[in-house]
Amino acid sequence: MALELAIQNLISPPVLAFALGLLAVLLKSDLRLPEAVYQGLSIYLLLGIGIKGGVALSESTAAEIALPLVGTLAIGLIVPVIAYLLLGGLTKLDGINKGAVAAHYGSTSLVTFTAALVLVESSGYTVEGYVTTLLAVLEIPGIVVGLLLASRALGRSVNWGEAIREVLTGKSILLLAGGLVLGYLTGTSGYERIEPFFGGLFTGVLTLFLLEMGIVAGRRLPDIKKAGFGLVAFGLFFPLISGTLGVAVGHLTGMGVGGAAVLGVLSASASYIAAPAAVRLALPEASPGIYLTASLGITFPFNLIFGIPLLLALSEVIEGMGF
Amino acid sequence: MILKQRKLLTIVSEVTIENRLLKDLERLGAKGYTVSAAHGKGPRDQRTGDLEGGNIRIETVVSNEVLEQILEVLEQNYFPHYACTTWVSQVEVVRDERY
Repeated sequence: MALELAIQNLISPPVLAFALGLLAVLLKSDLRLPEAVYQGLSIYLLLGIGIKGGVALSESTAAEIALPLVGTLAIGLIVPVIAYLLLGGLTKLDGINKGAVAAHYGSTSLVTFTAALVLVESSGYTVEGYVTTLLAVLEIPGIVVGLLLASRALGRSVNWGEAIREVLTGKSILLLAGGLVLGYLTGTSGYERIEPFFGGLFTGVLTLFLLEMGIVAGRRLPDIKKAGFGLVAFGLFFPLISGTLGVAVGHLTGMGVGGAAVLGVLSASASYIAAPAAVRLALPEASPGIYLTASLGITFPFNLIFGIPLLLALSEVIEGMGF
Repeated sequence: MILKQRKLLTIVSEVTIENRLLKDLERLGAKGYTVSAAHGKGPRDQRTGDLEGGNIRIETVVSNEVLEQILEVLEQNYFPHYACTTWVSQVEVVRDERY
C-alpha cells in the first residue's frame, strides 16, 4: 500500500515537474520562471488555498476544530525544541545556527502542504476543511521558539518587532489569513463562481510552480556537500520524527486518515519563505547556507517525493490499529 | 557654475533588509534614493533572497557629512553579517539643495 502511494505520488504531474526542474539545473539549463510570474503564481496559490480553506471552515463547527487547533499549537511549540536538541547531537552547529534551523523546522511549508492535499485527495480520502487554518496557525510559533532558543546563545537581545512584523505582514500570512476570511464570508455559493479559476486550474498552476521550485531547490544541491553529514542526516530523518508526531496528534484529536496525514506533513515540512526572512532579520549571525540548505535543499525534496506518501501510509496504519 | 560636488553612494544588498536599510538612510540624512532590482554574485554569496527577489541596488546622492555617517552605520550593522557591497563616486548635481 505504501509502495502504491509512493508510485502514485511520484508520477503525479506536480512531482514530475519538480523533478524536471531539478534536471534542468543538472543540465545547467538557464530555465527560470520570470520573477513576476513566480510572484503571480505564489499569490494565486496562497489566496486559492486560503479561500478554499475558508469555505470549508464555514461548514465546520467550533467543537470540531478546538482539539486539532490545540494539538497544532503544541506541535508548533514542541517540534523546534526537539529539532534544537537533535541538532546538538547530530551536528557541531553553535546555538545560534541550531536555533535558526529549529525555527525553520518549527514553521511549515505551504507548497509541501498543497502537494500533500493533492495526493491525499486523489487517494480518495477527504481532508477536514479546517486544515488550512492549522497551516496558518503553525507558521508562526515555531519561528518564535527557534529565535528564543537561538537568543540564549546570542550576546544581545533579538529585534522581535521587526521579525514578527515581517512574518505577519509578509504575503504568506496576509493572503492565507485574508483568503480564509474571504472564503468564510463568501461561503459555498460565492465560491461556485470562482471555482473554475481557483479549483479547476489549481493542480495545473501548482505543477508550473513546482517546476520553478525544482530549479530553486536544485541550485541548493551543491551546498549540501558543504553541509556535512550530520545536517544531511537531520534534514532526512527529522521530518519522519516530526511527521509521525503530527500524524499521531491528528488521530488523537479526532481527525480522519486524510486530515491526520496532512497534519503530519505540516509538522514534517520546513519553512523556506517566511522563516528565512524572519531569521535573516533577527539573527544575522546565523548562516543562510545552513538553514536554507537544510530546509529547501534537503527536506523539501525529501518530503515531496518520500515524506508525503510515507506519512499517508502511516496514517492508514494508525487508523487500522483502531485509534 | 551651477554644478555642485556631491557623493553618489551605491549599495547592493539582499532584498530582505531593504526596509531596514532605507530607514537608516533617511534617518542619517539622505533626502532621497533610487532602488532597483539586481542580481549577481559576491565573495560571500550567502543570501536568503533566492526565492523572494534576490538583491537590490540602492543609489543615493548625499553630502560628505551624511556619507560619513552612513558608511559608519553600514560598517557596524551591515557589513559583518549581510551580503552588502558599497562604493562611492564623485558626481556633480544641479539644484544642490535637494541632496
